[in-house]
Amino acid sequence: MTEEILDIPIKETALYHSHVQLGAKLVPFAGYNMPVSYPNGIQSEYFTVRDEVGIFDVSHMGEFTIDGSGAESFLQKMTINDVEKLQIGEAQYSALCYPNGGIVDDLILYRKSGGYFMVVNASNIEKDFNWLCEHKTEDVNLKNVSDDYSLIALQGPKSRDILSTYTHANLKMPFYTFEDALVCGYPVMISRTGYTGELGFEIYGDANSLVYIWDELINAGVKPAGLAARDILRMEMKYCLYGNDIDKTTNPIEAGLSWITVLSKGDFIGKDALLEIKKNGSARQLISFAMEERGIPRQGYGIFLNSQKVGIVTSGTQSPKLNNGIGLAYVYRPFHKTGQNISIQIRNKFIPAKIIKPPFIKETSLHY
Amino acid sequence: MIIPEDLQYTEDHEWVKIENEIATIGITDYAQGELGDIIFIELPQPGDAVEEKASIGTIEAVKTVADIYSPMQGEIYEVNPILEDEPECVNTDPYAKGWIIKLTNFTNDTANFLTADEYKNLVQ
Repeated sequence: MTEEILDIPIKETALYHSHVQLGAKLVPFAGYNMPVSYPNGIQSEYFTVRDEVGIFDVSHMGEFTIDGSGAESFLQKMTINDVEKLQIGEAQYSALCYPNGGIVDDLILYRKSGGYFMVVNASNIEKDFNWLCEHKTEDVNLKNVSDDYSLIALQGPKSRDILSTYTHANLKMPFYTFEDALVCGYPVMISRTGYTGELGFEIYGDANSLVYIWDELINAGVKPAGLAARDILRMEMKYCLYGNDIDKTTNPIEAGLSWITVLSKGDFIGKDALLEIKKNGSARQLISFAMEERGIPRQGYGIFLNSQKVGIVTSGTQSPKLNNGIGLAYVYRPFHKTGQNISIQIRNKFIPAKIIKPPFIKETSLHY
Repeated sequence: MIIPEDLQYTEDHEWVKIENEIATIGITDYAQGELGDIIFIELPQPGDAVEEKASIGTIEAVKTVADIYSPMQGEIYEVNPILEDEPECVNTDPYAKGWIIKLTNFTNDTANFLTADEYKNLVQ
């Protein structure tokens, strides 16, 4: 979660002063000083989101606008999901791939009335933007508007109830749709998306608007939650994190992202390689596993079966709700199947674990 | 951040209290704050011999794992039985209820230990 920052001044989100005031522990993440946790602690923030409602500052995320007459065909070529299926008002989870099928980044693509809005990982903003620029045609306007947008995520079973007191927007909007609306009188974009597996809304707007909305929600008693709680919440749902579970050395098929990889659509970057991988079967698969004895798996730990190394942990944590160690890992076929017993090497011990069918937490408010 | 005056400290963020041939050892308030929520602690058995600066256990926190180093050579006299069920008391009460191990037959070489003021300078 850390990266080397040389000569680049560390940035702050518009909500930085609020984090400091709330007593957050701030760490450098993707070039920003971000709240990893608040004084109540990671576990408390986790339960707040699973059981009630919590609020995250994720303003570090990157935003691009893509419009012009060639926007749709450009995005159809660059992203792996089917952009033609995306209607105005809808969002789509997708990815950018290299010609060899390796993942440049995962992203959310929004279709607005005047064009597209792409949200990418903070650590990849520059890389993604350059990648898109390299392939852009004359009839496409591409802008990196990351510095113009702040972003907060209101997540948890009570998120709709809370947010409805500040907006007239239809918060019964379906999952992965959005609406331009006023919240506390400020013009923002409300998206029914998130990274927690709970009912939730992500609110995009300028710094001024989001500072006001954040303060209103905090004053109303909504608890802030940091990146550490967010990491546990997403892991329990088997949501991939770029840099852990996916990167340029992994492809969407083995990462379990076949559901966003539309090989039946026209040409796109990575298609030939992904068709080949699909045809031959990937050598390994991203799986979910639960510890059978006490132990917390962490990124880089080896996975063994009868003293043979069969995989590597990409993400791991202790699930506060299950009170059990859980993780995501790449495991080589044919040892990747649900129910398979494996061991995780934790320092000098081999701790038994079992491959399970995700998600780890089955009952959530996601589709309330 | 609390740094009690009557304890001795190490550069590895442990505190030591020597009383009646027994050295009680724990981690500092600063250390618990840096680790965040502690999930469990793996500890040695009473009777185990330990070397100075050797790892005598590990603390698994949500975000990270850390070794506990023995500040002295000696023998494990007792491990805190509460930590099995309530490891979080190292977060909430690191200097009392959250003590970690007690050593006996230790080499009383405290020259490298820091005073409360020296430790304060280290972490501030």
